[in-house]
Amino acid sequence: MRKTLALVLAALLPCAAAAAEVGAVQADKSRIAFVSRQMGVPVDGEFRKFTVQLSFDPAKPEAGRAQIDIDMASIDAGSAEANEEVVGKNWFHVKQFPKASFVSTSVKPLGGGKFEVAGKLTIRDKTRDVQAPFAMTAQGANVQFDGSFIIKRADFGIGQGVWADFDTVANDVQIKFKVVAGAKK
Amino acid sequence: MALASRAIGYTRTAIALHWVVALGIFGAFSLGLYMHELPLSPTKLKLYSYHKWAGVTIFLLMLARLAWRATHPAPPLPGHMPRWQRLAAHSIHHLLYLLILAIPLTGWLMSSAKGFQTVWFGVLPLPDLLDKNKELGETLAEVHEALNFGMAALVIAHVGAAVKHHLVDRDDVLARMLPFLNRAAQ
Repeated sequence: MRKTLALVLAALLPCAAAAAEVGAVQADKSRIAFVSRQMGVPVDGEFRKFTVQLSFDPAKPEAGRAQIDIDMASIDAGSAEANEEVVGKNWFHVKQFPKASFVSTSVKPLGGGKFEVAGKLTIRDKTRDVQAPFAMTAQGANVQFDGSFIIKRADFGIGQGVWADFDTVANDVQIKFKVVAGAKK
Repeated sequence: MALASRAIGYTRTAIALHWVVALGIFGAFSLGLYMHELPLSPTKLKLYSYHKWAGVTIFLLMLARLAWRATHPAPPLPGHMPRWQRLAAHSIHHLLYLLILAIPLTGWLMSSAKGFQTVWFGVLPLPDLLDKNKELGETLAEVHEALNFGMAALVIAHVGAAVKHHLVDRDDVLARMLPFLNRAAQ
């Protein structure tokens, strides 16, 4: 556990240096979660290990940048048997594609503390353009970014073979992110 | 005699509800036994959903049965039955009613604790009464299973007693729940 923590901290160090406007990202308070729909039932999942590199100034949102790298083996898909299944070939094929990433290409203000980030999302060997609205709020000494967007799992080849049709697991998957960083310096 | 016993027999609604619930329980119980050993697959996800939909349906039908029973009393037991048999019959009926409600309830709670909401027929979401909690989910799974085996034992006693009434005592206890037997006896 301590080793993992050290690794995460080490991974975060460069972003602390890069982010001039908001402080270091606090991995333990940040969260990348998703909601899949199985037989009409929303099922929560999340990724426990990821790194966020962030550079954002709400006064100059267009200059903002973000990169998120996700350790796909850290997935929690909601149950032990689901976790065993989704690292396999039909889903994330974690052995061959251990990382997923999001790299922003642009940020635009939507007004009222809300913004929209566009970027490239790569899962497995597929890269797709995605847009995600997000809100920035002050949380005591920190700032928090909350947003969500919908991806089509078939766009990324997630859930192949027997899982390919959508009557058990829906094509739409909601991705939710919460990134907490130190307040503006 | 046959006419008199039918006049004080079960209503058609009571008979229909009894058999629909019985069939539902037989189906959901067998499905539960079968599905929980399956490796994860789309089929397993479907079967779990069907099982949960069946459970909610049985629960609601059972409430309807109890409401019907409260307003339409069951016919009296035959006069030849000794006291211990009457006591056993009443106890088993009441325990069965209790379990037929408690089993879907523990299934619903278990689903919530395991993080899988119950959405009736994929349309109507039931509220999660418990937060996700792995240990609690496993405990509730054991409770659900134990109650089911308890119910299975009671159903065996219930069916065995009904058959004994028909074949050994030769009274109308089974026939009043299976009206075609009654006609055959006339």
